[in-house]
Amino acid sequence: MREVDIAIIGGGPAGLMAANAAASSGASVLVLERDGHLGGQLVKQTHKFFGSEKQYASTRGIYIANILEDKLKEMPDKVEIWKSATAVGLYEDGILAVAKDKAIKKVKAKRFVVATGASEKSLTFVNNELPGIYGAGAVQTLMNVNGVRPGKRVLMVGAGNIGLIVSYQLLQAGVEVAAIIDAAPCIGGYLVHASKIRRAGVPIITSHTVTRAYGNESVEGATIVGLDEQWQPLPGSERELDVDVICISVGLSPLAELLWHAGCEMHYIPQLGGHVPVRDGNLKTSVDSVYIAGDITGIEEASSAMVEGRLAGLTASASIGFKHDDYEAEVLDCKEQLKSLRAGPVGEHINQGMALVMSGE
Amino acid sequence: MLRIEEHPILTFDKSKTVSFTFDGKTIEGYEGDTIASALHAAGVKVMGHHYDSGRPRGFYCAIGNCGACLMVVNGEPNVRVCVEPLVEGVVVETQSNKGDLV
Repeated sequence: MREVDIAIIGGGPAGLMAANAAASSGASVLVLERDGHLGGQLVKQTHKFFGSEKQYASTRGIYIANILEDKLKEMPDKVEIWKSATAVGLYEDGILAVAKDKAIKKVKAKRFVVATGASEKSLTFVNNELPGIYGAGAVQTLMNVNGVRPGKRVLMVGAGNIGLIVSYQLLQAGVEVAAIIDAAPCIGGYLVHASKIRRAGVPIITSHTVTRAYGNESVEGATIVGLDEQWQPLPGSERELDVDVICISVGLSPLAELLWHAGCEMHYIPQLGGHVPVRDGNLKTSVDSVYIAGDITGIEEASSAMVEGRLAGLTASASIGFKHDDYEAEVLDCKEQLKSLRAGPVGEHINQGMALVMSGE
Repeated sequence: MLRIEEHPILTFDKSKTVSFTFDGKTIEGYEGDTIASALHAAGVKVMGHHYDSGRPRGFYCAIGNCGACLMVVNGEPNVRVCVEPLVEGVVVETQSNKGDLV
């Protein structure tokens, strides 16, 4: 059995920042990553980040993963990394079961930072499981990691930031985007992304949804329909689109299985994307040894995931006696950064959701 | 051909080809591919059929979450090919049942 001060589950932006903060606080750290490489979904994010310098704003996501990994390599005596290692169970005696090399290994840790991220939601329509219907993140991975186009002509469903960004990346890869549709009456993503897409000639059609995909073995077309103010289909407004890919970008849900298993108190909070754990201001769940960071706390962007990772790494370490030299200032700084990232209209629903799962401090 | 040839930000290393078989047919991909990306680049979107309804299945999430892309790889069923690195000579087959425990 491997023993460590802090086990971090997930080697994405939140987990890597947590590892860094915990190791610089003096704790021994084990990072577990399911994939064969670190960085999580950063590895496919070719766009430049927003936020402030502390969250690597104006750097492309694909490079941030390397920056974070390099920082961990500077502390080899404190940080161990297991890749291709999947955490499959978190037990009440503080033992984590990890599937690695076709065996189950046990990890005993004093604290856990669960930073497992999120999975893409699906959408209900006729034939919604035909090959050629992909999550927006899947299309991003295929294009930006593997260099393969998803098809020739795409219908993008969802005009949030991911839908807009991935549409632009499709154009960069030489794929035609027939249209971006969204059931809401207005565009959910940032105007700066939407303008870029529209300038490239892609229509963004609001108050519309997809009702049917057709094709024998894979997508050959899609039917879209207009929606009225009650989000009901408008009779006679159906249109056929000649596309071979339907890209679904309707949001993400936290990947919270380990938290359920660990016995954390969970609530369904639509503003945060699904079931999320009750937590305090230091990102500790209702189970004393379990901390959280990133999309598992509620769906946001990689910028806030990195700050939450840093915060959870600091607070989890301090709770077992490894207090960072500048602990108070660092923690305050994280909290201020989160506050500023969640300011403005986009952060409003996040703040509402967070208030519903915040326990008293 | 679905490979990206020119990209404003990214370059893709295509120096090392990797050949493998898909349902008996030889296909070439590149080092760095997953089995799913190599198949997709070769125009293969259907990776299996549902064990009960027989409807075609392709990948959905491409990061190993959803389990829509299960195939038989070197005789082992239920491999998530969207996260399985492509290696030389691997034998890939479509899967249309639940697979047996080996």
